[in-house]
Amino acid sequence: MTDGSDKPFFSAQGLQKRFGQQVVLEDISLSFERGTVSGIMGPNGAGKSTCFNVLTGVHKPDRGKVVFDGEDITGLSSPRIARKGISRSFQIMSLFDEFSALENIMVALPEVRGGLLRPLWDTRADTVVADRAAAILKSVGLDGHERTPAASLSYGQRRALEIGVALAPSPRLVFLDEPTQGLGSDGRLRLADLVQSLRDTYTLVIIEHDMEFLFRLADRISVIHWGQIIAEGTPAELRSNPWVRVSDLGKVA
Amino acid sequence: MLTSPTGAPIVTKAMLVLFAILFTYPLWAKYVGLYDYLGIEIAIFALYALGFNLLLGYTGLPSFGHGAYFGVGAYGYSMAMVELGTSPLVGLLLAILAGAVSAGLVALFLSHRRGIYFALMTIAFGQIFWFLSIKLRWLTGGEDGYLNVLRPVVELGSLKIDFGSNVTVYYFAAVLLALMVMLLWRVVHSPFGTALQAIRMNEVRARSAGYNVWLVKWTVFTLSGAVAGLAGGLLALTQESAYPNVMSLHASGFVVMMTLLGGGFVSFWGPVVGAALFILARDILGAATEAWLLWYGLLFIVVMLFEPEGAVGAWRRLAGLFVRPARREASPKVVP
Repeated sequence: MTDGSDKPFFSAQGLQKRFGQQVVLEDISLSFERGTVSGIMGPNGAGKSTCFNVLTGVHKPDRGKVVFDGEDITGLSSPRIARKGISRSFQIMSLFDEFSALENIMVALPEVRGGLLRPLWDTRADTVVADRAAAILKSVGLDGHERTPAASLSYGQRRALEIGVALAPSPRLVFLDEPTQGLGSDGRLRLADLVQSLRDTYTLVIIEHDMEFLFRLADRISVIHWGQIIAEGTPAELRSNPWVRVSDLGKVA
Repeated sequence: MLTSPTGAPIVTKAMLVLFAILFTYPLWAKYVGLYDYLGIEIAIFALYALGFNLLLGYTGLPSFGHGAYFGVGAYGYSMAMVELGTSPLVGLLLAILAGAVSAGLVALFLSHRRGIYFALMTIAFGQIFWFLSIKLRWLTGGEDGYLNVLRPVVELGSLKIDFGSNVTVYYFAAVLLALMVMLLWRVVHSPFGTALQAIRMNEVRARSAGYNVWLVKWTVFTLSGAVAGLAGGLLALTQESAYPNVMSLHASGFVVMMTLLGGGFVSFWGPVVGAALFILARDILGAATEAWLLWYGLLFIVVMLFEPEGAVGAWRRLAGLFVRPARREASPKVVP
């Protein structure tokens, strides 16, 4: 480990990713600071999700380097990256549908994951674990739904649980992949409040194409287009950025 | 309910019911037209199906060539008895080991797969084992297999176990089944069992929650193979032989049918119920007609069409008619 004091908390340099002939990520460099909310935006097909998948180990980058808290994590598998303290939610909802909301959180708790070789430990009967999971459910506004199977929750509640599962391991960095996907305006407002309430506790990175949502919440935003970062800055800076102004992206801003 | 020092149930009420039936069977079987040997078969296949359901029901991994590990266990036991002259207990330990090692090797090639690809690979490996059991004459005795694997009398101190008697073998198999039920109950109700179910529901999410999915799948496949090995060893002990047919695709299908018929997807007990129903159906239908499998197959189709959750699912639905609906809703899915 190197001394990361003046280095960014998380940085990616020169990431490239191809699928066959198609170059999806051309050259992506990003960095996120501890305790901030960062946004990544861009039109559909710009490479946002691929970028997330490369950063969280779902895909290996063809070129480039990813450093997290002073440690090179380039090309590690997604379970290993998760165990380093990086967590993520999914754009297409990805829950354990037959498990209750509480069980969804419990599965993602590191102590449960670490207990694979403890056959005499009944996690469902363990009140300490259940209480911890219940507290996380409460933090995403799902108290009272502990025993509801994930499949029976409303769409908005499933979105919240999606985030809850990502928060369960007490991650040092949380990636949220299009958390407002499919939500109506009410749902978006509620989700914005939820993210607002998380910003004191977590370092967050959010992919969104809902500009309004991101401009309200993010400290810094990177704009991806054609597999590259075309603009970067605070919401205020981006509003005056010529690239963003001429593109469709500027409309909301 | 007996629990461990950490509060985990070791013996549950449902187990007590099973044990009561299991250990009194020889006393009442003959009055309802059953016999000891049938009980041995039910116990063996219940054991086998319970281990199989770790894969199918809990992890969602369809292993359609599981007869391979069952057969390897049968051969392992027979070889130990005939070639090494060991006692049956050592023979069964070697059967477990043989099942575990062969499943562990196969799992190296399977653990990154799922769904239909996983299923096809298990069939392919199952066929390889079956083929080898016929072709490696010097090792397996070819199509005849191992014959005359005699049931001995074992003396453990002052205790004399005469394996020549069906009642003795029945009680022996029943004890092993009871122990396996307690062991596997713990396995599926521990964090490992939670991981298995999580992988069934959403492998990608399980990975991103930090689970080494490959290793969990490898481990559960190997464990399932070990249980199949034990069951196969018991069958060889009972039948005093091991032969290629136990490994055939056809025979591998039986354990799938037992598990589904009983309701392995919705209950821990599904495989036990299914194994009993299968063996009983074979005996009852088989007494009436040579073509019992045809009728059994039709029965199976009807059950899958109208009650895909199997016998246990049907039982719960019936019981649900008399229970307030709130209680049903609260119960999670794969817990009896």
